[in-house]
Amino acid sequence: MKGSKTRALIPLGIFLVLAALLFYGLQLDPRKVPSPLVGKPAPEFDLPSLKDPQQRLDRELLLGEVSLVNVWASWCPSCRQEHAELLRIAREHGVRVIGFNWKDDRASALLMLRQYGNPYTVSLYDPDNEAGIDWGVYGAPETFVVDPEGIIRHKEIGPITPEVWEEKIRPIVEQYRARNS
Amino acid sequence: MKRRHHRPLLAGMALAGALLAGTAQGYTLEEFTFEDPNQFEDFRDLISELRCLVCQNESLAGSQAGVAQDLREEVYAMMREGQSRKEVVDFLVARYGDFVLYDPPIKPSTYILWFGPFVLVGGAGLLLWRAIRRKKAEPEQDLTADERARLQQLIASRDDEQRD
Repeated sequence: MKGSKTRALIPLGIFLVLAALLFYGLQLDPRKVPSPLVGKPAPEFDLPSLKDPQQRLDRELLLGEVSLVNVWASWCPSCRQEHAELLRIAREHGVRVIGFNWKDDRASALLMLRQYGNPYTVSLYDPDNEAGIDWGVYGAPETFVVDPEGIIRHKEIGPITPEVWEEKIRPIVEQYRARNS
Repeated sequence: MKRRHHRPLLAGMALAGALLAGTAQGYTLEEFTFEDPNQFEDFRDLISELRCLVCQNESLAGSQAGVAQDLREEVYAMMREGQSRKEVVDFLVARYGDFVLYDPPIKPSTYILWFGPFVLVGGAGLLLWRAIRRKKAEPEQDLTADERARLQQLIASRDDEQRD
């Protein structure tokens, strides 16, 4: 008799497991596709600087210090939304933020920086998605955390909010900073 | 009064016209030209099997998104250079992950996806088979003599009630 009672609980157990799985599935955002580049060296690039068309920037730029590489464009509303947070992170935490201006035009991009402030130590300029494909960029904003050896440690898809910074990005930045010093 | 009936028709025609004009203005694959027509077929097949990451229910062939256009051009350039289908697919997977493939590869992280349904159906089948076998092995028990007598009594009393 006892055996059949526990047996009767099996469907309930299956239901609970299934419900938990489906509930977990509801929290996932299918637009956020994990990048295969995390844990790998940042891809090579050779792009002009946004401010100075004569200046070429390459992968060397990323070495020696933790950087946030922030993919942005003036046509992207979420980029404007995260702009203040990037300014704050650069100012208050002294994090090097490198801009990756993507599929944009120089004049509008520079205008946006003049209007909203410039959190970037320097900004790459990639209007034709030359390097963007190598970095697996499929939208803006996207932010890569690159360690001092030039290895990608995290990719954040979507705008950086104070919560995203505190919970996801700051721990990684601090981990690689500590290791370096 | 009669004229009113034409309105939905006119509206429908206007709508159809707008939709047709819309598709005609969309992008076409004709900008991608190959010397060998077979290569164009290969190109079209390949980009139909790759997923656009921006609008995830569309293939690279069908998407109007800017990134999809860039990737079409990239695939086109690689094929013009004579790179194989596998080289193109590997190039995209290395950058965007397995997600660009409509057919995910079979590897440990996708085992559940590929084999889960068969395991579930197999498990359910096994349970069903066991249940049937058990029923066959021990058929419903017959009534005891006492129960049979009580049953007769009940039926008899019911018949009496109906006759009243």
